[in-house]
This record gives sequence, structure tokens and C-alpha cells, in this order.
Amino acid sequence: MEAFHPTLLWAIVLLPLVGFAVNGLTAFAAPDRKSIPTWIGPGVVGLAFVIAVSSFFGMRAAGVEEPVVQTLWQWIAVGGLRIDAALQLDALSIVMTLVVTGVGFLIHVFSVGYMREDAGYARYFAYLNLFVFFMLLLVLGSSFPLMFVGWEGVGLCSYLLIGFWFADREKADAGKKAFIVNRIGDFGFLIAMFMLYANIGSLDFVTVFAQAPATFAYGGAAVTAITLFLFLGATGKSAQIPLYVWLPDAMAGPTPVSALIHAATMVTGGVYLVARAGVLFSLAPISSVVVTGVGALTALFAATIGLMQYDIKKVLAYSTVSQLGYMFIGVGAGAYAAGIFHLMTHAFFKALLFLGSGAVIHSMHEAFHHTHKDWDAQDMRNMGGLRHHMPITWVTMWIATLAIAGVWPFAGFFSKDEIIWQVGAHAVGPFAAWYRVYWVLALTAAVLTAFYMTRLMVLTFHGENRSGDAERKHLHEVSPVMWVPLAVLAGLATVGGWLNVPEAISETPVLGWLPGSEWLHEWLHPVTEAADGLAAANGVSVVDAAPFGGGEVLWAVLSVALALGTIMVAASVIGRRKYRPATESPAPRGFAAVLYHKWYVDEIYDIVVVRPVLAISRSLSRIVDGFLIDGTVNGAGYVSRAFGWVGSRMQTGQVNTYAFALVGGVLIVIALVVFG
Amino acid sequence: MLTQSMILASLLFAIGVAGVIFRRNAIILFLCIELMLNAVNLMFVALSTAIGIQGQVFVFFVMTVAAAEAAVGLAIIISIFRLRETVDMKDFNLLRW
Repeated sequence: MEAFHPTLLWAIVLLPLVGFAVNGLTAFAAPDRKSIPTWIGPGVVGLAFVIAVSSFFGMRAAGVEEPVVQTLWQWIAVGGLRIDAALQLDALSIVMTLVVTGVGFLIHVFSVGYMREDAGYARYFAYLNLFVFFMLLLVLGSSFPLMFVGWEGVGLCSYLLIGFWFADREKADAGKKAFIVNRIGDFGFLIAMFMLYANIGSLDFVTVFAQAPATFAYGGAAVTAITLFLFLGATGKSAQIPLYVWLPDAMAGPTPVSALIHAATMVTGGVYLVARAGVLFSLAPISSVVVTGVGALTALFAATIGLMQYDIKKVLAYSTVSQLGYMFIGVGAGAYAAGIFHLMTHAFFKALLFLGSGAVIHSMHEAFHHTHKDWDAQDMRNMGGLRHHMPITWVTMWIATLAIAGVWPFAGFFSKDEIIWQVGAHAVGPFAAWYRVYWVLALTAAVLTAFYMTRLMVLTFHGENRSGDAERKHLHEVSPVMWVPLAVLAGLATVGGWLNVPEAISETPVLGWLPGSEWLHEWLHPVTEAADGLAAANGVSVVDAAPFGGGEVLWAVLSVALALGTIMVAASVIGRRKYRPATESPAPRGFAAVLYHKWYVDEIYDIVVVRPVLAISRSLSRIVDGFLIDGTVNGAGYVSRAFGWVGSRMQTGQVNTYAFALVGGVLIVIALVVFG
Repeated sequence: MLTQSMILASLLFAIGVAGVIFRRNAIILFLCIELMLNAVNLMFVALSTAIGIQGQVFVFFVMTVAAAEAAVGLAIIISIFRLRETVDMKDFNLLRW
């Protein structure tokens, strides 16, 4: 077999950058020429997707096992450190690239309809293209520093797009919050890189992962610290406890942005990082417990908050945080393929949910705009009964809801079920008890997921319409440029899970007609085998049973029954309750208020972190800066001025005085010469 | 003879210096400066017998410069007088901070 040389790999990354340049120039030179961003914006991403697909089939045909590294140029060469600007194509990065460009393209197309009326149309597409460029750099970079460049770049684009409508103070603040919270995570990423370099002397993925097993002792302090710092970076980018607070606020940005950046792609960067560094995490069992635990806690915690939110996008935001938690459960338990699988299916159905909510908001906003009503277009209490007005959105969002709730045969069933199965199967070794707890948490969160999603659907699309009589006439389905992406994503959310049907299920009657069998596992095998081998060599073998007995099929059937049961219960409970528009609704009381106020986490952070930091900063600025530093500098000035003042008193302005001084000086000089 | 001439020149110079330092009338100051210049001239002439004729050449230069200075200086004094109606130096302290 001859070696595989991917053609145009660099073009995948470069194309969105070109799009950024063109759209950026348009934004400056001719912001009203909307036809340029309309074609260039989605076009470059679509082209990148086509190239990615051809690379994928090339890789399949050639049966690539080893990562293909394409060096573009030497980037940094300082002392022993050598970092190339190189792109790495392997089973993992091509999956990520396909998701980023594919889902990204659909969202770009949707944006054409969603942002058509916006004055910043060209600027929007410039940012969006720049984001795709950095995201591709993140997943295709062949070393930690190059990945970090993409990592920071997507953070920048996230900031720019959250604060896209920066004239609104609240939205600009949300952008700043996202940026600052992410800095904390980036600090962890940087420290991890420093420690890796100190221990291994290289930062290229290939070298690091080849040398890590020989360099680090299993469960040693160094590798544990490195992986924990890496995970700190991941919690920032992927919105996990304790750094998740920025993601719900990030909903201030345009809705397609929420779909692309804050649901489908950027926030999965942390999951990708853990999966990429799987070799390191497999060497650090304590870190794995931490990763899985944070994931499980976040999955449950965010799901509880999602139960009581009324803003349609806030529900989806907390749902995203919760689903990201699932991904971390997967990669934390060493089931890297399962985590990436859920990442992929989540990209489909969550992008669909966000775009669907975007369609709803778009329609509501237009209706309110027509009648000059100042109601909140995102509050679900103002909606209701939209299925008569927006049938396509209604059907596609139900598909996504079934997918996220884990109903067979939709995508989420296969990925979520596998994660829950894997964490249960992981309950062996010294941390077995922990994993059992995580398994229970994950199952509970799955039930809550089904509940809050059904609540969202019922409040938005079912029951009586609460928008008002005049407004109802203006509610209508969105244009094809917006619903076609919805339909495509709905198809993906349905069949996306069939890529990776577990062996046990495909052998079962009724369920077993689905094609493919653990295809994604086999595809990712070259990437994950090193990590799997390390785990197995150190005695972490996976048993094929759930913590409380029962086989994979039994639990799969149980979880579907649980999800369907929850959906029905939720539908009847929420459907029977009478809701009124937001302005007439009473404030929630009791435990509902605690959930409505998101467990008061923002307020607690404000008191525990923000205020002390502000107080310390203020006192430092007053004492150190204002008193010590300014005092020294100004003091020097005052002293010179005092000397100057004394000197200036000797100036009389009288010629005689100067003549006297002159003669006196001459006499002194003569005296020195004669008598000296 | 040389000694007496040098003493005379030194005395004239000292009188000139004292005048510049202590007097206030601009005209007097001006006269004192002329006095100093001519004291120097006298010194040149007196010393030319002992050292060489070159000093006498310098005297011509000094006289030329003194003539030019007299023209400019008197013009300045006249314009100051026109401005302030006084030539008393205590009224002029513009050379100050």
C-alpha cells in the first residue's frame, strides 16, 4: 500500500481565512453589498467541506493508520524547541473537520436568512468565517501550541460574536464574561504545555504521545498534574463546572452563532482536547475520575437548571452544558470513541434545536415588530401553539428532541446510551465506587433531559397561542433558506447514530435491522488504541456488565422506555398546566425559584470571586499604584521643581547682577590660575 | 614706562567694570563698556614695545568693533527710551524666569 498524501489539506484551513478577508473588506468598503457575503460566506465553508469529504474517502481507500503530518513551514525554533506550522490528518481530526465544515456550512446557509436584515451582515460573515478558520486550526494543528492558536482564536471569535450587537451593554458584557472566564482555562492549558515541554522536550502530538508511556510513571504526579491542567483548559472552553457560567450568557449573540459556536463546534474543543491527549489521561487514573466526575455533575446540575428556564435559548444553553458533561463522562471513562460519537450526534441535533429556536425567535420577533409590541421574543411563555404556524420547524425540532432524549432509533440514543453503558462498565479497579455514582448521575440527567426538552416543545409549539390576537396573524413559517438546513440537520439527527450501532444491539431482533456495526469505533481505533492499550496494561479492564446487573440490550430498552415515559409524563403535566404571557406570570416561588435563578451560582461567584478580586484590585491600585509608584514618580518631579524654584530666585533680570556674577567668576578663575 | 602704562590700563578697566556693576543708567553703562574696551586697547599698545607689533593691529579691530557696537547699542537705548521713557536699568528685568 502506498503512502497516502492528502491533497489540498492546507486549503481546508485557508479557504475560510480567505472568506474572512473578503467579507471583512466588504464590511469596511461596502457594507451594503450583501450579495458578496451571501455567496462567499457559506461558499468557502462548503468548499472546505467538499475537500474534507474527498480527504476522508481518500483516507478510507488508502486505509490510513498512522497520522499524516503535513509540514507547511517552520514556525518556532528556539534552543531545543522546534515547532512547525503543520497540519495533522488522522481518524480523529478528519471526523472533527467533517463536523465543523459540514454543520458549519448548514449554519452559514441558515444565517443568510436569519441575518438578512442586519446592518452588520458582512461583518457577521467575516467573524463566522474567521471562527471556522480557527476551529479548523484547532482540530487540524499537529502540536499543542498550534492547537492553542486555534483555541485562542475561536475564543476571540466567540467574544466578537457574543458581543455582535455591542451597542447593547448587556450583550457586550456577556462577551467580556465569556472571554475572561475562558482566560482561566487557558492558563491551565499553558501550564500543561510548559510541563509537557519540561518533561518530554517536544510539543508535537506524535512525539509526545509516543514518548509519554516511557517518560511518565502510571498514575505519577507529573502526568496527573499535566492532565488536570489540560482539563482545566477544557472546562473553560467546554463550559463545565466550575467555569460553565459564561455559556448561558453567550446566548446574547445571534442564534446561528449559538448553534455553531456555543453548541456544535467550539465548546466541544475541550472534549476533543481530552480525546486527543487520551494517552496522557490513560496514564492518570485520578485525572480520569476527576474528568468523569465533573462531567457527570455538570450533566445533572445543568439539566436541573434547564427545567425552570423560560427563555428558549437559555434552556438550550443549559442543555448544551449538560450534554457536554456527557461527552466528558465518555472521554473521562476512557471511552474516547463514545465521547467523540456523542460530540458528533450532539452537533447534529443541538445545531438543529438552536436553528429551530432561531426560526421561532425570527418569526416571533417579526410578529412583535409588526405590531410594535415590546414583549420578549425569546420567552416561551409568550409563544405556544406555534405548530400551526411553523409546521416544518415543529416537526424538525421534535426529531431533535427525540434524538437528544435518547429515543431509538434517533442519533442521541446510540451515543448517549453508549456513554452511560461505558461509564457503568468502567466501574472496576480502585475507583469503582465513584464510577457507579457517576452512572446513576448520568441516568438521572438523561431523564431530566427528556423532561426539559418536552417542556420546551410543549410550551413553544403546543397548547393555546399566547402571543396576542394581532400578533398571531404575522406568525409564519421561515423562508426555505432557513428551513432547508433544518431539514438536512433533521435527517442527520435521525440517521447520524447508525454509524456506530453497538454489536449487542445489531444482533438483537427488532432493533437489529440497522446497518453498520461499531463503524466509528473501528474508524477511530488507530487513534485510541494507544490509550486503550495503556489502560489495559495497567489493569483497567472493562467488564461487560452494568453496575447492577443486566446486559447492554436490557439497559438500552430500559433507557428508551424511561425516555419515552418521561416525554409522555412531561407532555401531559406541562400540557395541562395553564401558562400566561411573561408579563402576566407570577415570579416562581420555592424550589422553582432556586432553579429559575440557576442555583444562584452567578450571585455566589459574584460574592466569592468577583467582588474580592475587585476589592483587591481597587486597593492595590490605590495603595501600590496610586501611593507607592505614583508617589515615587511625582516625588522626583516635586524635588526637581523645588531645586529649580530656589535657583530661579537668583535670577533678578538686572544686567548689573549678571555682570557682577561674570566678574566674580572671572576673578575666581584668575585667582585659581595665579595662586592655584 | 611700561609698568605705569599697564597700571593705568588696569585702573581704567577696573573703573569700567565697577561702572557696569554699580551704575544703573544705560548710557553710563554704555560709556563704561567703551572705557573697558579702550583700557584693553591701551594695554595692547603699551605691550607692543615689549612683545611685538601685532597688538597694535588688534587695536584697530577693537576700535572697529567698538564703533559698530556704539551704533547698535545707542540704537537699542533709544528704542528702549521710546518704549518706556526711561533708561534706568532697574526698570528692565526681562532677562528673568
